[in-house]
Amino acid sequence: MSRVMNELDKKLINLLQDGFPLTARPFLTVSQQLAEMGVEASEAEIMQRIQALLDEGTLSRFGPMYQAERMGGGLTLAAMKVEEEDYERVNEQVNAFSEVAHNYRREHELNMWFVLATETPEGIAECIEEMEAKTGYHVFNMPKEEEFYVGLRFAL
Amino acid sequence: MLDLDLLSRPDAKDSFNPKESFNPKESNATKQHEEFILTEIDRALVMATQEGLPVSERPYQVIGEEVGITEDEVICRLEKMLEHGIIRRIAVIPNHYRIGFKANGMTVWNVKDEDIKRLGRQIGELPYVSHCYQRPRHEPYWSYNLFAMVHGTERAQVEERAEKLKAILGNSCLGNQILYSSKILKKTGMRLTKKTDPENPGDK
Repeated sequence: MSRVMNELDKKLINLLQDGFPLTARPFLTVSQQLAEMGVEASEAEIMQRIQALLDEGTLSRFGPMYQAERMGGGLTLAAMKVEEEDYERVNEQVNAFSEVAHNYRREHELNMWFVLATETPEGIAECIEEMEAKTGYHVFNMPKEEEFYVGLRFAL
Repeated sequence: MLDLDLLSRPDAKDSFNPKESFNPKESNATKQHEEFILTEIDRALVMATQEGLPVSERPYQVIGEEVGITEDEVICRLEKMLEHGIIRRIAVIPNHYRIGFKANGMTVWNVKDEDIKRLGRQIGELPYVSHCYQRPRHEPYWSYNLFAMVHGTERAQVEERAEKLKAILGNSCLGNQILYSSKILKKTGMRLTKKTDPENPGDK
């Protein structure tokens, strides 16, 4: 399953984190972009590598990253303080909500942290209420009050 | 699980710099704050692409067939959504654990209210901070109002960087912590679910 990434994989991840072309043959465009960087890889080879990186889990996503708030929806970060003996059950219950975009276990008294994305701003409160009823735990709602920076890149 | 080859590279320690290749197309870097109303076609496009694009020679044609529009229209609508920040970017998202960034520290700070806007902007400008937000406190359980995500190849690197943040915050910082993630419990990205059936455009 785990595998050492080759040089092409690293170049691809570096390049495509910044953006994937909106052209009719985007993988061909990527092949041309790589050629400009002095890396030779065919359209077919690039497609094969991307699929392999997705299959093995090195890439967790490939596609458009939508911004819920810009679509008129709601978005928030929420946390829960879950007892160890309940953790698995609560995790299952929380993950079952399609509104949960991602969920991390963190080392703190507040030990479950997840992002909620809903179709309407009011959806957040409804979802939290439902989650509290289902799990029996309080949900700490921490919506952003100000965004100072977002731009995640990993240079390989 | 871990890419040891990457970790053992002599330059791996300094290889994370999220802002080095900052994309000017990134939506929050520009102006689009006006409301953009999604058309039914846009909603159908969101539904068809939110789990990802197909790895195909002509992915936008495949999506177009699914939605019932041409490849050109797909490209054009996606471009429009990018321009308006509905789409932050079209890209690959690596699983950072799998590519060697095993230390993922959510640094949280209790910053004096009167200083947070000025200092938040300064912290957000640091090359190793990938996300930076002001969020509400929940006293007495949670007293931190500034969140800055710091990724590193190891915890020592995250901690070293957190010290730099602390120095910048100075006396305005009343307390801080680093919360490490020990497990990804779910990572699907956001999903449109309700009222979005493309068969039922009236259902809104």
